[in-house]
Amino acid sequence: MNSVLAAVSQDADIVVAQNVFFGVIAVSMLYAAIRVVTTSNVVHAALWLVVALAGVAANFILLGSEFVAVTQVLVYIGAVVVLFLFGVMLTRASLGDDESVAQEKRSMAAVVGVLLFGVMAFALIDTWSDDRLVIDEPQQVTEVSDSIFSQYIIPFEAISVLLLAALIGAIVVARQD
Amino acid sequence: MLLNQFLLLAAALFCIGVYGVLVRKNGMLVLMSVELILNAVNINLVAFGALTDDVGGEVFALFTIAVAAAEVGIGLAIVLLMYRNRRSIDLSEADLMKG
Repeated sequence: MNSVLAAVSQDADIVVAQNVFFGVIAVSMLYAAIRVVTTSNVVHAALWLVVALAGVAANFILLGSEFVAVTQVLVYIGAVVVLFLFGVMLTRASLGDDESVAQEKRSMAAVVGVLLFGVMAFALIDTWSDDRLVIDEPQQVTEVSDSIFSQYIIPFEAISVLLLAALIGAIVVARQD
Repeated sequence: MLLNQFLLLAAALFCIGVYGVLVRKNGMLVLMSVELILNAVNINLVAFGALTDDVGGEVFALFTIAVAAAEVGIGLAIVLLMYRNRRSIDLSEADLMKG
C-alpha cells in the first residue's frame, strides 16, 4: 500500500492529464457507441463504429499496451470496418431500414441494458473500488512476443488453425453455385 | 488512474452492445453490436493485465481480436448468403426453424 501511495504521489502531475484524456475518450467513445446502435443508416453506423473502436485503441494506449492498440487499429479499423462497408454495399437493399422496430421492443431492450449495467457497476464498485493502476512504462513488445511464442504457443497455434478454418468456411458459405 | 474507470467504461460499452443486439433487425447492424461487446471484453483484459503487471492480459486480448476477425468474416458470409436467398437481411424474417 505504501509503495502504491508513493508511486501515486510521485507521478501525480501526469495522473491529472491521463484522467482528462480518459474522460474525453470515454465520453466520445460512449456517444459513438450509442450512435452505432441507434442510427438508422447502416453506413453511418459503420462510420460511428470507427470512432468507438478508435476510442478503444486510445484506451489501450492509456493502459500502456502499444502493441494491442496498433493491432486494434490495423485489424478493426483497417480490416473489419472495410469488410462491413463491403457487406453493406453487397446487400444494398437494406440501406436505412430498421425503423420498424416496435417501441415496446426498444424500451424492453433499454431496460435490459440499464439493469445489466446497474448490476455490473455495483459488482465492480463493490470489488475493485480502491485498486489503482500505476503505468510508469509501456509494456515491451518483446515481452509480448516472447510470451506468445513460449507460454501461449498452443493457443497461438489453435488460433492459426481457427483463422484458416474461418477463411475456408467463409469461402464455402459465400460461394456462388 | 483507477482500475474501476476502465472497468465501468467497458461495462457501459458492453451494455450498449447488448442493447444493439436486442433491438436491431438488420443482420449487419447486429454484427456491429457484437463487435462493441468484444471490444468491451478486450478493455477488461488489458486493464487487468496492467493491474497485475502480467503480459497474459495483452496476449489474450490479441487472441480475442483474432477470434473476432474470424467471427466477422463468417458472420458476413452468412448475412450475404441470407441476402442472396431471400433478398433481405431482416433477422426477424429468419424464422424457418421456429417451432
